[in-house]
Amino acid sequence: MDVPIIELTDVKKSFGPVSVLKGVSLKAYPGKVTALVGDNGAGKSTLIKGLAGVQPYDEGTVKFDGEVVHLTNPREASHLGIEVVYQDLALCDNLDIVQNMFLGREETEWGTFDEGEMERQASETLRSLSVRTVKSVRQKVSSLSGGQRQTVAIARSVLKAARVVILDEPTAALGVAQTEQVLSLVKRLAEQNVAVIMISHNLVDIFQVADYINVLYLGQMVAEIETSKTTSDDVVGYITGSKTYGGAA
Amino acid sequence: MSDSKKTTTAVDDTTALPASGLIGSGMEGGLVDQVRSYLSRVRAGDMGVLPAVGGLVVLSILFTLLSQYFLTERNIANLITQAAPSIMLAMGLVFVILLGEIDLSAGTTSGVAMAIFVVLADPGGPNINWVVALLIALVTGVAIGLFIGFFVARVGIPSFVVTLGLFLGFQGLQLIIIGAGGLFRITQDPVIAIENGNLLPWQGWVMLVVMLLISAVTAFVDRRRRSRAEVPNRTLALVWIKLALILVVGGVSVLLLNQNRGQVNYLNGKIVGGNTIEGVPIVVPLVLLILWFGTFVLDRTRYGRYLYAIGGNAEAARRAGIKVIGIKWAAFAICSTLAVVSGLLTASKVQSVDASFGNNTVLTGVAAAVVGGVSLFGGRGRLVHAAVGALVISVITNGLGLLNLGGGINLLVTGAVLILAATVDAVSRVRAGGALIRT
Repeated sequence: MDVPIIELTDVKKSFGPVSVLKGVSLKAYPGKVTALVGDNGAGKSTLIKGLAGVQPYDEGTVKFDGEVVHLTNPREASHLGIEVVYQDLALCDNLDIVQNMFLGREETEWGTFDEGEMERQASETLRSLSVRTVKSVRQKVSSLSGGQRQTVAIARSVLKAARVVILDEPTAALGVAQTEQVLSLVKRLAEQNVAVIMISHNLVDIFQVADYINVLYLGQMVAEIETSKTTSDDVVGYITGSKTYGGAA
Repeated sequence: MSDSKKTTTAVDDTTALPASGLIGSGMEGGLVDQVRSYLSRVRAGDMGVLPAVGGLVVLSILFTLLSQYFLTERNIANLITQAAPSIMLAMGLVFVILLGEIDLSAGTTSGVAMAIFVVLADPGGPNINWVVALLIALVTGVAIGLFIGFFVARVGIPSFVVTLGLFLGFQGLQLIIIGAGGLFRITQDPVIAIENGNLLPWQGWVMLVVMLLISAVTAFVDRRRRSRAEVPNRTLALVWIKLALILVVGGVSVLLLNQNRGQVNYLNGKIVGGNTIEGVPIVVPLVLLILWFGTFVLDRTRYGRYLYAIGGNAEAARRAGIKVIGIKWAAFAICSTLAVVSGLLTASKVQSVDASFGNNTVLTGVAAAVVGGVSLFGGRGRLVHAAVGALVISVITNGLGLLNLGGGINLLVTGAVLILAATVDAVSRVRAGGALIRT
């Protein structure tokens, strides 16, 4: 197997007396989609927040490209090329697509915006992801559909030349056609050699795009499986704790 | 949906990206296309300053028909100087309103700062050089803004509460500085000249040329940058139309204001004395400069973009790495400082400062911003909206005054216009696909 770009070993996190992550390990590979599943309260969000640098882990090691790193704030994570696309999307409705994609790192010349440069890069990034549903890159985000917003949020992370993109429930609250769009976008993201970590409750989506499935159960990683070597029923069993996985690496 | 069909076909040709394969930006096409897309934006509810400009035109026609004095050079000059303090205050408020915040103490801030100014510069008192006193007043404004910003951005108290507290407190502070029933005259000629002096006629024309130059240079720098990035430019005709509009509107205004609007005394059909008042009021270039600079900051710099982003979605802005606290803090400082400038204009106009100076101006400023199309929910609005809104309110005050209708009618009409403007805003929001109230 390839070298994982992200390798978590035995990370722990507790909030006061409540231990949320009880020694979790996780690997993510460039060009692969790694799904992270688990029931509510299993610790998915906590695991992700640690990777994003929002809530540092208490214990355990994080290796990025084989080097041990300490993710203590979002800036460091972003600097390494770890981007999180949050469930609530974190876009500004009142700004247009270009403005949202470049928010926080605008191209400037003499302190003023180089709108042409930003517009071209945004447009090229969307094209590289084969996005055709967007009519104009100068549309306000408020006028976009849920799928289009998800597209913009994902394209934003690509624009940052992210090496690891973490998607938090990217297809929740989307219609059928829009879910298809976003899933094909996820595949193309992986084709660009990005390591994608996708949190989802929807096993159909996961079996469609994921290369690996990692199951969290009450703060422990109970299964790490290749998607091709498992079934939906087994995964449901691991999530609910009614089955145990024998072949953990 | 047709959208999904497009994506499935798109997968095939990902590898070949023709140079012209950029996604549209709405800048393509000729003049007709541009006008059409503008009209469709307006129909979709993105009306911007249009309702306020419409209101301004309608009110002006109405008052011109009702009063022979309304459309005279003298009244127009008077109207401009009446509107200037409100324009300045409303522009300052835009910076905090864009954040979804409010500064109810802006009026009393101007009062406190001007009280400090008149007391310090009082010839019978400390008699400090007026420039120094003015600087102290402006620094007071900055300090008050930072004070508000500390409580709002750092401590996290709603700005409504903080500034309501200061609105009350500063009235007291002002009373203490000025003394109960006290009144200080403005005796410094340069201060009086801001609202009462005029440019020489040729200076008015120079001002117009400078405006045209700045407008042309920014337009062509923008075009050069877009061409360099190989993205489409709007049709060149739009630039010429914009410049022509500035030339015509500005030219007519300067021409009118350069006419003698002084008193002419006749005796048996002969001119016997009188006085000459001509030229663009000095306050005009001052307001235009701040309007231009503020718009420049809001549209073209990171600070401005981040103000809009925070107003639109503060959490998204924070996650994008924007230092929300600092941006908010600065916005309150800008607002309070412009409030002091507004106070200076008022003081120059009325030539005195008393213990209640500026106490009831803030809501006029807020009303002006809302009438102009600035959204109190934050994230939407421009400085020019506030300026036009302030002009609308000033036209109402001025016009009703000419018709000898009292203050009661004036306030009623102003209130009605405010509610009308807010309704237009809310309805346009619904048509744009949003809810009546957005978080």
